[in-house]
Amino acid sequence: MRSYIIRRILMLIPVLIGISLCIFLIMQLIPGDVISGLLGIEENPELRAQYVIKFGLDQPLPKRYIDWITNVLKGDFGTSFRTDKEIFPEMMSRFKITFQLTIMAAMISWIIAIPLGIISALKRNTWVDAVVRFIALLGVSVPNFAFATLLILFLSLKFQYYPPVGYVGFFENAKVNLQIMILPAIVLGTIMSGSVMRMTRSSVLEVLRQDFIKTIRAKGASERVVIFVHALRNGLIPIITLIGMQIGGLLGGTVITEQIFSIPGLGQMVLTAINQRDYPVVQGCILFIAFIYVMVNLIVDILYTYVDPRITYK
Amino acid sequence: MKNIIEILKGIINIIKQLLKDPIGRIGFIGVFIIVLLSIFAPKIAPYDITEMFTKSKLVSPNGEFIFGTDNFGRDVFSRIIYGAKVSLQVGIISVGISATFGYIFGIVAGYFEGVVDSIIMRFMDVLFAFPSILLALFIVSVLGPSLGNTMIAIGIVNTPVFTRTVRASVISVKSMEYITSAKSIGLKPINIILKHITPNILAPFTVQATLALSGAILTEASLSFLGLGIQPPDPSWGSMLSESRKYMERAPWLAIAPAVFIICTILSFNILGDSLRDVLDPKLKL
Repeated sequence: MRSYIIRRILMLIPVLIGISLCIFLIMQLIPGDVISGLLGIEENPELRAQYVIKFGLDQPLPKRYIDWITNVLKGDFGTSFRTDKEIFPEMMSRFKITFQLTIMAAMISWIIAIPLGIISALKRNTWVDAVVRFIALLGVSVPNFAFATLLILFLSLKFQYYPPVGYVGFFENAKVNLQIMILPAIVLGTIMSGSVMRMTRSSVLEVLRQDFIKTIRAKGASERVVIFVHALRNGLIPIITLIGMQIGGLLGGTVITEQIFSIPGLGQMVLTAINQRDYPVVQGCILFIAFIYVMVNLIVDILYTYVDPRITYK
Repeated sequence: MKNIIEILKGIINIIKQLLKDPIGRIGFIGVFIIVLLSIFAPKIAPYDITEMFTKSKLVSPNGEFIFGTDNFGRDVFSRIIYGAKVSLQVGIISVGISATFGYIFGIVAGYFEGVVDSIIMRFMDVLFAFPSILLALFIVSVLGPSLGNTMIAIGIVNTPVFTRTVRASVISVKSMEYITSAKSIGLKPINIILKHITPNILAPFTVQATLALSGAILTEASLSFLGLGIQPPDPSWGSMLSESRKYMERAPWLAIAPAVFIICTILSFNILGDSLRDVLDPKLKL
């Protein structure tokens, strides 16, 4: 097992190099170059020459990549074009907000999805199952921004309720913070619950078909024991894998929901940077988010080996 | 000629099976309506999408403007109909891009295995390591927001899924006896791939394409919502919904119409994809 974990961590290195290379190369596709985006229409040869030296654009491509990546490894993501501030500290402080939102959304989605998914599997082919499956289908079909807009519309027209403006940190005032975060978390969590529901249902059904369930039934165990002691314990294992994928979806989803609800998280930082053509920030944030995603998947994979003893890795 | 008739018969047969299932029927009809709307958009839309009725801005739905008008006095219904066209266009072309590349990469990786396989699949792993909307956002922001770049971005983002699906099917088909016999009589790899492997991986490929269409339409709407997809004055459901937020209380119809159309379209494609999977690949049915 330890050797599997070590190998799994080592396998990350080429993926991470690939990701950073990919981001770096896509950045080279910017029409013209980074500086023309920064200067806009006022092309000024002197200013341009200054920027070329400042950003090291006179260096060959491989050297620029290696310089960038060595700095990133030291925790130096460079400075913003617009504000000249260091990127890394701001990214970290914003990540805390996005992290809180992601966790809240994930919890909401589990609370909704896992019980419904189990019920739907146990009551297979009844009207309960049909309703749950339809809700799940809605979950995977409704875009989070459409849900968010309709939710805000509904709340404002029916209850004259408006999402609070301005952001307050959790440790400054937890109550106000939660009031701000709860709506975007509900939006993300509800949407995400669709895929979790589907996964839970099919995985519980899969277990119920296994031979060992027949054996347990045959030895006369009550249906309650069959379901709660045996079926669920095994059926819920695959859902752990889903958590990894879910985090990816949530990290992507936060870009839109943070924008709609004006939450100053990482997603909003990326979007603002894209709109301002602040390329170092875009590059840094995308790398950081992809890194988080990869790390979550690593943790999930490792967790999986602990939870499911049947899995042996050679 | 004979082949074409065979294929048509096959397709009709699949549609018949789809229509037997009530849920499949809903999906099929939903997709059919959207396709009709986008093909006949110029005939159905009562007004020009850029025509501004300056005297009737933000008019609520009535007999003249059935979905009301927006802040410029443009007819929302006409823009919604054209929005269907834009959505479907982006969906089909971007899925075309990812399906083509996915097919080529998947076949090559699955058929030849070895080093080529490792290189292709590691590259796909890298693309997979990004949350998909984020990668699309990134590519569009670098290339510049436009209709064409939106399609390219979505096409790239979806390629890994197709590659994985095709590769997995190729590997399972490859071990079949008929492939071994084809090899033993000395058929060239290209012939084996085109005549014997491709027809047998079409089922999962088609299912994947239908589901990818709904994903592509969703991503387009998300990008346009963020202002990074379809650019004005071209209508897109995503950007219409985003614009509507400014007039939320005065003109709720501006939000409701595009939201309902986005949801119904994606829902129809998802239902169709799921039913198609049940028809084409009964093993997977739970």
